[in-house]
Amino acid sequence: MINNDNSKNLQQAVQEARAQQQALLIKGSGSKAFYGNTPAATENSRVLSTREHQGIINYEPKELVITARSGTPLHELQAVLAEQQQMLAFEPPLFSSGSLQAAGNQPASDAQQATLGGTIACGFSGPRRPYTGSARDFVLGSRIINGEAEILHFGGEVMKNVAGYDVSRLMVGALGTLGVLLDISLKVLPLPESEQTQVLECSIQDAISWMNQWAGSPLPLSAACYDGALLYIRLSGAPSAVASGARRIGGDSLDDSQSFWQSIRELQHGFFKNDKPLWRLAVPADTPAIDLQGKQLIDWGGAQRWYIADSEYIADKGNTDNNHESLYKTITDIGGHVTLFKGDTDAGVFHPLSEPLLAIHRRLKQAFDPQGIFNPGRMYREL
Amino acid sequence: MNKSELSSKLKQFLPAAAIISETEALRPYECDGLPAYRKMPLLAVLPQTVEQLQQVVKLCYRENIPVVARGAATGLSGGALPLENGILLGLSRFNKILDINPLTRTARVQPGVRNLAISEAAARHGLYYAPDPSSQIACTIGGNVAENSGGVHCLKYGLTVHNVLELKVVTPEGELVTFGSAALDSAGYDLLALMNGSEGMLGIVVEVLVKLLPKPERAQVLLAAFDDVEKAADSVGEIIAEGIIPAGLEMMDALAIQAAEDFVHAGYPRDAKAILLCEVDGTNEEVSEHSKRVYDVLTACGASEVRTARDEAERLRFWQGRKSAFPAVGRLSPDYYCMDGTVPRKQLGTVLTRISQLSEHYQLPVANVFHAGDGNLHPLILYDANTPGELQRAEDFGAEILELSVEVGGTITGEHGVGHEKIHQMCVQFSEAELEQFRRLKAAFDPHGLLNPGKAIPQPKRCSEYRTIGSGSASCSH
Repeated sequence: MINNDNSKNLQQAVQEARAQQQALLIKGSGSKAFYGNTPAATENSRVLSTREHQGIINYEPKELVITARSGTPLHELQAVLAEQQQMLAFEPPLFSSGSLQAAGNQPASDAQQATLGGTIACGFSGPRRPYTGSARDFVLGSRIINGEAEILHFGGEVMKNVAGYDVSRLMVGALGTLGVLLDISLKVLPLPESEQTQVLECSIQDAISWMNQWAGSPLPLSAACYDGALLYIRLSGAPSAVASGARRIGGDSLDDSQSFWQSIRELQHGFFKNDKPLWRLAVPADTPAIDLQGKQLIDWGGAQRWYIADSEYIADKGNTDNNHESLYKTITDIGGHVTLFKGDTDAGVFHPLSEPLLAIHRRLKQAFDPQGIFNPGRMYREL
Repeated sequence: MNKSELSSKLKQFLPAAAIISETEALRPYECDGLPAYRKMPLLAVLPQTVEQLQQVVKLCYRENIPVVARGAATGLSGGALPLENGILLGLSRFNKILDINPLTRTARVQPGVRNLAISEAAARHGLYYAPDPSSQIACTIGGNVAENSGGVHCLKYGLTVHNVLELKVVTPEGELVTFGSAALDSAGYDLLALMNGSEGMLGIVVEVLVKLLPKPERAQVLLAAFDDVEKAADSVGEIIAEGIIPAGLEMMDALAIQAAEDFVHAGYPRDAKAILLCEVDGTNEEVSEHSKRVYDVLTACGASEVRTARDEAERLRFWQGRKSAFPAVGRLSPDYYCMDGTVPRKQLGTVLTRISQLSEHYQLPVANVFHAGDGNLHPLILYDANTPGELQRAEDFGAEILELSVEVGGTITGEHGVGHEKIHQMCVQFSEAELEQFRRLKAAFDPHGLLNPGKAIPQPKRCSEYRTIGSGSASCSH
């Protein structure tokens, strides 16, 4: 594994950008370039790569903490953890095997291996998220460069830390608009001793109801997904607990549990093999079937609905006859929010914010990046 | 604006009983759970509805009057210490549980609802609210959010930030906004995460949606006695290395053991130098497997005795001793001062040794009670405020413990907050550039600096003074 501290060069690049009023487009491997709004195209912008800033700075399995540089490939980090029977419990996607390209089948390339920094900046979590927590839940500390080109350290490597505002968690999902992530400390957990997935055939009503009921009972649930016909429930923990949980849930045991959940996590499942825009609907877990034209896949025990619209319902870019507004409204009324996860339409990528919230966002951006250097427009046009 | 002018403006939209202005009636509001610091507020105001609260905040915004929010005032860092020129905004009347949804495993509550009341109300659905600070009988959920409170179960179940889904917040301008959502995330920046632990400085929480968890099928506690504190500390890492995340992992030293034993007769071994309480929970089978493995680890780590609670009554008694450790130690001395540093677990032994050396140096006894699984120390420094100089010595001793925590890679506060108390040590933990970033962040939410000003984040002048003078022996020289 490469071990290279490139923070001084990154800091210098930010200093230069500041002096020359340049915008910096922060990039790890580019595996998630599809995500977010296209940054405002200006002549005066350049790519800032974190790729050279690599390596694990500290990993002590007994402390349940790993600190690594933002350019560290996620799969390398996970391999180091796996050697010690530990894991990133938010089960982040790697998005490195070309699964999100239109053709769907390109081989993995080195250039597109998700980095730790990109994973945290996007705040992505996988199927385990409702039961063990999200990317931001596991972030303990960070070192960043702010828009003044200062290197700042927040949080740390201990489990509990309430000194100062929780800036490290604010960075998660901020898409690099508040600063350049240098190093990140994460809480890690032991790998489950065993895992098993049960499959049941049922209606969508039953699927949503059972996923929620089981999550409210003392079963060792670690994932729950419904693909429109089959309900998949993963159990993790001590072998005896998994076995007795499986008996209570019933259904059949899935042969290759691991590759099924990988296909959900990496969006490689048959449902996703499609060129149409992919919408992510984050909703309360008990939301009944959402009546939209097109197809849906339910993950996160009901709290995450992947949606692919019929083309005549939400049209591709350029078509004036769009239903984005009604989609926003439907999901807002449910108490959730919409993300255009992948694909090109006339809609903004992220759910519009209310005016008072947007005002706080603008002022926060100003507080971290007064000149608007970092990833302008990637999250919201105003930021 | 003077007191009576302000009072009459408030009376335009608040009932007279919601405004407290008489000196004697204000007395209970002059401090929180850290009574060493006291100040009388200009007025205390106890609104009953969100609309009233918004009007109070809007008035303060127009008139440039600082606002300090307060829940049950059980905080241990002076976070709810009033300001002489400000309003003390009591949230005690927001005490309703609005909804419990057993299917989504959530509870929607007002900020003045007590922590334990949520679990009590959820119990009939087999659910509970996980974070359980020692003050959970009294402390409120709004205060828990402000401090990002922990408890004895947070290694496995997380802090407040991990268990809150959505907040309704009144901004300093008096507007009502929502951070987070009833889904698992929300659009934009993670303002919900930022609110947790922000000590009432970014907004006033008026409604909280918390996550509820299913009660584990079974919980089991093991009590291990050690004749050496370091051995006990080392066994903590060994349990983790075994791949087990205990629901609770608590440690007490000799003085704390004896105090707890005298107070509640928990059945602790009196002659032990340290005890470790390790709770494992989960399904029936899992608990059996894990208890056995923890037993073996503790024995291998040199425990002189390992006991497994025979029944639920004994399990609760073991915990009773730990949960009443603070009042138990309180019986040994007229006053005690509770610290809250967190250190990497591997440093526990070193830090405990240093604390006992400092105890000799300052001639003040110290009892150690802590969340060993999280490396969160609660040294209780015993002193007598009526003996001239002892409070100062206790504070200096405390400051050294906090700086020691930073020195070994930890933090000055794990769960009690900075408040008024640890504001100087913020200058030790953070650089001026980092503190300035905090100040700009605060200004993004509160441009006029009206919410709990002066707490948590020190002003540059304060830091430069502290760094120059140092507090007695509490300089950064070691």
